[in-house]
Amino acid sequence: MAAINWGYGISKPRAIDIDRNNLRRSDEILHEMPELQSCIGCGSCTAVCTAGNLTEFNFRKVHTLVRRGEYEGAYELMNRCMLCGKCRLVCPRGINTRGVVMLIKRKLGDF
Amino acid sequence: MKRRVVIIGGGVAGMQTALRLHAAGIGSVILEKDSATGGKLRDWHKLFPTFTPASEVLDPLRRAVGAAGIEVRTGAEVVGLDGRGAVLADGTRIDGDAVVVATGFTLFDARIKEEYGYGIYDNVLTSADVERMLNEGTLSMKNGDRPRRIAFLHCVGSRDEKVCQRHCSRVCCVTGVKQAMELKERFPEADVFNFYMDIRMFGSGYEEMYREAQVRHNVHFVRGRISEAAPTIDGRIQIKAEDTLTGRPLRMSVDMLILLVGMRANDDNRRLADSASLTLAPSGFVQPADPFLHSVESGAEGIFCVGTVTAPKNVGETLAEAAAAADAVADYLKNR
Ligand SMILES: Cc1cc2nc3c(=O)[nH]c(=O)nc-3n(C[C@H](O)[C@H](O)[C@H](O)COP(=O)(O)OP(=O)(O)OC[C@H]3O[C@@H](n4cnc5c(N)ncnc54)[C@H](O)[C@@H]3O)c2cc1C
Ligand code: SF4
Ligand code: SF4
Ligand code: SF4
Repeated sequence: MAAINWGYGISKPRAIDIDRNNLRRSDEILHEMPELQSCIGCGSCTAVCTAGNLTEFNFRKVHTLVRRGEYEGAYELMNRCMLCGKCRLVCPRGINTRGVVMLIKRKLGDF
Repeated sequence: MKRRVVIIGGGVAGMQTALRLHAAGIGSVILEKDSATGGKLRDWHKLFPTFTPASEVLDPLRRAVGAAGIEVRTGAEVVGLDGRGAVLADGTRIDGDAVVVATGFTLFDARIKEEYGYGIYDNVLTSADVERMLNEGTLSMKNGDRPRRIAFLHCVGSRDEKVCQRHCSRVCCVTGVKQAMELKERFPEADVFNFYMDIRMFGSGYEEMYREAQVRHNVHFVRGRISEAAPTIDGRIQIKAEDTLTGRPLRMSVDMLILLVGMRANDDNRRLADSASLTLAPSGFVQPADPFLHSVESGAEGIFCVGTVTAPKNVGETLAEAAAAADAVADYLKNR
């Protein structure tokens, strides 16, 4: 007898689990670019980003997740960046945001 | 005839007011309920934003009070007052020509926020514990180990309707940043996370400290309130929060959880206020006559108020306000 399909599935846990995540890679990124840690989450970068206005790419969110050790998908998302540099013009903390894109891509490219 | 002012409370506010009055040729008596003057600063290690040892502020004040011959009565708890004096717990009345209320604040009791396990789990500390342990050189985990992961929680007992404390205590954000830096210096191998609701860096040099904690000490700031702390099998502390900037729940275990406790109004503000028709703000702090031109006057004849008895303030603000209070008292006595 075929199993009845009740329509239930197993959801992937959404929680960021810092015990499970390996923060060392994020440490390496922050070690090379300590200024990234000074982000105050203002969202100016995302507000001006053309890629972010047209796709699901959210620069602020991606680099925040990377800093929490959530690397999956970060490289692919960063690929949507066109390196136009508008975000760097507006960042109130003076973060070299384009440099952040390049660094994260370099560090997580082989993820 | 030489005038005498009764000053209630021998913290930095009371001592500085007495010194400024002395400089204006006005005598005073300080009534302090504890066994020594100094107030909260007796327990603080280094003061933000300059990491100045608290003793470097307290010692000169105490020396000057001694050198000026200002009368200090310790073990003297005031239970009532009016514009011409104060009444001690043993019924003694101390008379004067004006009264200054400088009774400070009370630390929020972290046990009330039971969900964070203060007093239940080892290694849940308050910011005040950390100051004391830094002074004693005893800061470590209960079993003597060095912590590898430390979390700070901001706004414990402040901005919280659940514990009837709506106000922001102002000094705890910068204290959290200061202690995060001190702990990173002590335990460089540890990851430090500060869980905050808003970061309020109101003073000169504070924002710069915050940035330094981020960039130079690699302190992780996570916007979100820890909902609860629970013990793990291996004796660590499991915490949960939302990382609101990524919109995802977040959890981790830590070796040390430090609660940044707020400044709340003294319980006896009500009794003191009733004895002298002072007004209390909804927060329970004494309300000055107005926040602009009469910020050190209570509104009741001959009674002045200074320092953290009226609202959370840092040491610099308190000391500056004491000069303003002494000036207002001198003015009052001149015109009487
Ligand atoms: C965790 C923490 C850390 C802090 N760190 C810093 C820092 O690094 N830098 C900074 O600038 N500020 C800091 N502050 C703020 C600082 O503690 C206050 O600005 C300062 O203590 C205010 O002094 P005060 O004299 O108004 O009050 P208090 O220090 O509270 O002194 C009041 C005095 O009055 C006495 N008293 C109370 N009631 C009575 C009564 N009924 N009769 C007689 N005597 C009475 C008390 O015993 C006490 O001695 C910190 C605060 C907290 C909570
Ligand atoms: S550099 Fe990249 S992230 Fe920044 S605004 Fe341009 S496309 Fe967006
Ligand atoms: S603009 Fe700068 S500070 Fe603001 S969110 Fe982007 S990286 Fe962070
Ligand atoms: S100063 Fe910061 S930690 Fe303290 S109550 Fe205000 S917002 Fe919360």
